[in-house]
Amino acid sequence: MEGASPAKLEVSSLSFYYGRFRALKDISLDIPENRVTALIGPSGCGKTTLLRVFNRMYDLVSKARAEGSVRLDGMEVTETTRLLELRQKVGMVFQRPSPFPLSIYDNVAFAPRLLGWRRQQVAEAVETAITDAALWDEVKDRLKDPAASLSGGQQQRLSIARCLAVKPEVILMDEPCSALDPVATLKIEDLIDRLARQYTIVIVTHNMQQAARVADFTAFMLMDTDERYGQLIEFAPTTDLFNKPTDPRTEGYITGRFG
Amino acid sequence: MNRNLYRQVSNGLARVFVYGTALAALIPLGLVLAYTVSKGLPSVENVDFFINSFRPIGIPGGGVAHALAGTVIMVGLASLLAVPVGILSGVYLVEYGRGRWGDLIRLASDVLVGAPSIAIGLFAYALLVAPFHHFSGISAAVALAVLMLPVVIRTTEGAIELIPGSLREAGLALGLARWRVALQLIVPAAAPGIVTGALLAVARAAGETAPLLFTAFGNQILNLDPSKPMAALPLLVFNYARQPYPQAQQQAWGAALVLVVLVLITNLTSRFVFRRQIALASKL
Repeated sequence: MEGASPAKLEVSSLSFYYGRFRALKDISLDIPENRVTALIGPSGCGKTTLLRVFNRMYDLVSKARAEGSVRLDGMEVTETTRLLELRQKVGMVFQRPSPFPLSIYDNVAFAPRLLGWRRQQVAEAVETAITDAALWDEVKDRLKDPAASLSGGQQQRLSIARCLAVKPEVILMDEPCSALDPVATLKIEDLIDRLARQYTIVIVTHNMQQAARVADFTAFMLMDTDERYGQLIEFAPTTDLFNKPTDPRTEGYITGRFG
Repeated sequence: MNRNLYRQVSNGLARVFVYGTALAALIPLGLVLAYTVSKGLPSVENVDFFINSFRPIGIPGGGVAHALAGTVIMVGLASLLAVPVGILSGVYLVEYGRGRWGDLIRLASDVLVGAPSIAIGLFAYALLVAPFHHFSGISAAVALAVLMLPVVIRTTEGAIELIPGSLREAGLALGLARWRVALQLIVPAAAPGIVTGALLAVARAAGETAPLLFTAFGNQILNLDPSKPMAALPLLVFNYARQPYPQAQQQAWGAALVLVVLVLITNLTSRFVFRRQIALASKL
């Protein structure tokens, strides 16, 4: 069992709409600080949508809107006008690495430079970020090489370094290992483990074993069969959710009866 | 068996037809090139042709330096006007232009692509020649810029649309402002494609005659001051080719060859650059 930890993100009665379509209904959960929380569930259950509410990535989609409340350290995420500050605080790692078409160094330095940090500050942030992303030893001699020359797993760790460079507090990961081989996946999982000491991590994963391996808490989501909205079925410490699920639907999913 | 034979024959016929029409499409291009080269080559073999300007008929050593300089200066000025505005408009269309405004700009630039260039020349005449009572390179540059603008806008839009949305999302997720992501991340990633558009526009502008007729007007001496009338290669071809003197006609062929080669090089460069864009975008 994990020790009690204060909530970093408090989600209460959150519903989310794409135009008229309700994608999420009445979701409430507290994501604990400096822990790893996994969102699991079958395709279409809304886990990625929920993740994208946390950093307002849904702003890119026209007619998308959230109802209810998501509070980050007391700041109302769904209503804040300080969007850039929010996204600096809540970083995101995507399914595909998407390196910028720049050198390894410039990928990580890109945001700090645009944020107007001093040269020395940028250099420090870059080295710290790449080190914390467990990539430094592999790239320290080739920082000027294009990021595209890295392997898939390295590119994903570079994405994590890029995100760490702006000093976030929360890191959202949207199936970060789904495009990687088992060895690269293991490295990312080790990294998540280490990062969880300093950061609040929310990870969406298709892979239940991965959730069991990396997450302290797990939320199981499911799509309503009639109205097709995503809902939260069960949220519990990972060991409890996998060993003694309280909802028969959770049990059905984790024992592989569907999904 | 019989049906199989029928298929083979119809397939063969269709293939011959397709190859034939493709060849027919190439014939005019080949003929224009071959004819211009064979007629123009005697002129350009002489270095004087590129160094000297107009000389009266009967005096040897006349050249097209004044027209070459005029074309370069006017197209250069037009690019300075059209390329930045066109790139920013293209960025606007992709990043923000999803609504009615965007559609209006798209429509306007499509109409502009099809607008008769003589009408655009007339517009520049009314705007910048008539009020000042004299022809000028600047008025021609404005006319050419109007011609170039839609090409730059639409190719910029196309080049940026090649960049996967994941790159934009990754930039925004770092807490960077939308316009910074657009201008400092997306535009550099799309740079080869944008350069392609600019080069295509330059090639188009360099070959235009109609918009220059009553703007640049032409000039017999070498003039580097765009506030005065200027010579240009297409204008020179137009003027010399109509003269009855073989010497002038020969120079017209030479100037035409120079122009064709310039445009060809620009076009080929743009293709080369665009291939790099495709290769780059596929790696993102």
